[in-house]
Amino acid sequence: MREITVAEAIREALSEEMDRDKNVFVFGEDVGKFGGCFGVTMGLYDRYPDRVIDTMIAETGLMGICLGSAYAGMKPVAELMFSDFATVCFDYFANQASKNRYMTGMQEGGQAAGLVVRAPNGAGFRAAGQHSQCMEQYFMPIPGIKIAIPSTPADTKGLLKYAIRGNDPVIFLEHKLLYSIKGPVPEGDYVIPFGSADIKREGTDVTVIATQMMVHKSLAAAEKLAKDGISVEVVDPRSLKPLDMKTIMASVKKTKRVVLVNEAPKTGNAMTEIGLRIAEQGFDFLEAPPIRVCAPDTPIPFSPVLEDKWIRSEADIIAGIKKALS
Amino acid sequence: MKLTNKDLIKLYGDMWLVRLFEARVQDLFASGVLPGFIHLGLGQEACMVGTCFNLEDGDIIGATHREHGVLLMRGVSANAIMAELYGKVTGTCKGKGGSMHTCGLKEGALGNNAILGPGQAIINGFAYAHKFRNNKKVAVTMFGDGASNRGEFHEGLNFASVWNLPTIYIINNNGYAISVPVSKQQKIQDLSARAAGYGIPGVSIDGNDVLTVLETTAEAVKRAREGGGPSLIEFKTYRWRGHFEGDPTPYRTNSELEDWMENRDPIKNFGKDLLEREVLTEKEMKEIIAEQQAIVDAAQKFAEESEWPPESEIYTDVYYNDEGGAQ
Repeated sequence: MREITVAEAIREALSEEMDRDKNVFVFGEDVGKFGGCFGVTMGLYDRYPDRVIDTMIAETGLMGICLGSAYAGMKPVAELMFSDFATVCFDYFANQASKNRYMTGMQEGGQAAGLVVRAPNGAGFRAAGQHSQCMEQYFMPIPGIKIAIPSTPADTKGLLKYAIRGNDPVIFLEHKLLYSIKGPVPEGDYVIPFGSADIKREGTDVTVIATQMMVHKSLAAAEKLAKDGISVEVVDPRSLKPLDMKTIMASVKKTKRVVLVNEAPKTGNAMTEIGLRIAEQGFDFLEAPPIRVCAPDTPIPFSPVLEDKWIRSEADIIAGIKKALS
Repeated sequence: MKLTNKDLIKLYGDMWLVRLFEARVQDLFASGVLPGFIHLGLGQEACMVGTCFNLEDGDIIGATHREHGVLLMRGVSANAIMAELYGKVTGTCKGKGGSMHTCGLKEGALGNNAILGPGQAIINGFAYAHKFRNNKKVAVTMFGDGASNRGEFHEGLNFASVWNLPTIYIINNNGYAISVPVSKQQKIQDLSARAAGYGIPGVSIDGNDVLTVLETTAEAVKRAREGGGPSLIEFKTYRWRGHFEGDPTPYRTNSELEDWMENRDPIKNFGKDLLEREVLTEKEMKEIIAEQQAIVDAAQKFAEESEWPPESEIYTDVYYNDEGGAQ
């Protein structure tokens, strides 16, 4: 199978959806000729000059355009320059897009309100505390929002196409360090529905649930531990809302031990919800309490030596797994 | 703009409908029938009625928690609005939104946004769609003097201006942002002066004169339909009630309120004008008021007789495509 990067997978998904549906638009800061802050929309403007729209550096104005045009039947795909900036326009997630179907009469007549907000997530870019965070935990408690959180090029493409074709507000988190990684991506059209977790590696001794960069680190950790005879299963939820608990519980039932790995700080981490659900549903067969491997409860430091320590490493994941096995 | 006698009579009846509806809501809330928070548009009828007169099918208007009247003017049924205020399943949002979120997207009323600011950004999305589809439709956002200090008002005006969108920004300046007078919130006298900063037309007018409201918005609507871009209009008006029902209004004087109610009542003054111009007789006016009262009575009856939403309604309408997984 051919191999392409995550950035190329996103570009293909956008381009194919824009060809398929003339209502699909891309709105964002510097997404036009500049190609986006991380070059993801490079070349799209040349193909769709009237549908790839540079906005002002004004995230609430941007979200307003997207939400209003979604109500009017368009299919806006917004690019927030960094997922950290979601806080600037958080009202649109917490109070507007997520509640309007429920609260303001969107129920009847199939009124469309599909809205996808792509947002680069994650640390490792030496960008310090306001441009490096993983933001998924902020969206977890919002009914009405969907959270996509892919880790591979193929998943990214399939999930993005699914998001665009849906009629719900989606925060689509893309890890900055993953944009340039390559992986096999099928030719042609396909979608991956939300709520379908993927087992990235099969194992029998312990289940590791991880997202984005931490999926790759967990796979590397599993590879190392295999040499010691420890068999690790790695599960990638791919979307946090909806959450595929069926696949997760089937894995945990098999291994009876679980390690939850996420790049964001530990307190209130999205994995905390998953861990508690596992405890509620699996108390009878778990042989160890769920273990979290998450970042310290501090801002992300700038200095490379500090940031590298702050981000959980393969060694941290191995330590977590050993703890679960002890 | 040439208005027929029929138009004038419609304006008069429409203002009465808004007033009588709001007055009934006031009574129902005071007697403990209606739950929640209620913000009434009494005194601001001309702003809503005069503006909506210029809107067509396919146009959209979004307002705030004070504009049940805008929904009435867009043709949303009084029954459904009242039922929503009761929390009944026959309401505009099946009883899941209440007074602050009544809505009628089908009728071209985006509905009430009870957070100040987002309405002024979201409206541009509709305007953008209108412009892209080249359908000559307009998008109107109606909000208060308080919201005009929000960042989204300014971001929204800038988007509308730079992209030449068919958006019309209307400030109902009723003198107070909750309790704080305009003089303590803005240094400018006319809030429309802010239009200059965005290179678009801005005008401040008497919002209690329905014909002035109608003519001013007609000009802005025409300009927007013809591709001339956005406008900012300030209606100077006054709310007769507090910010919300139950607000004891310690921030304003009785004499100020009495002056507006006695001398600047939009309906009384327009009625006087219609009598002088012999468009209507006093008897005909009474008949019109009775007709509107009947609509409000029927709405109350409909709401009272409607069912409460079943418990299953808690769980519906959260997602359009629900893959499950909720707790």
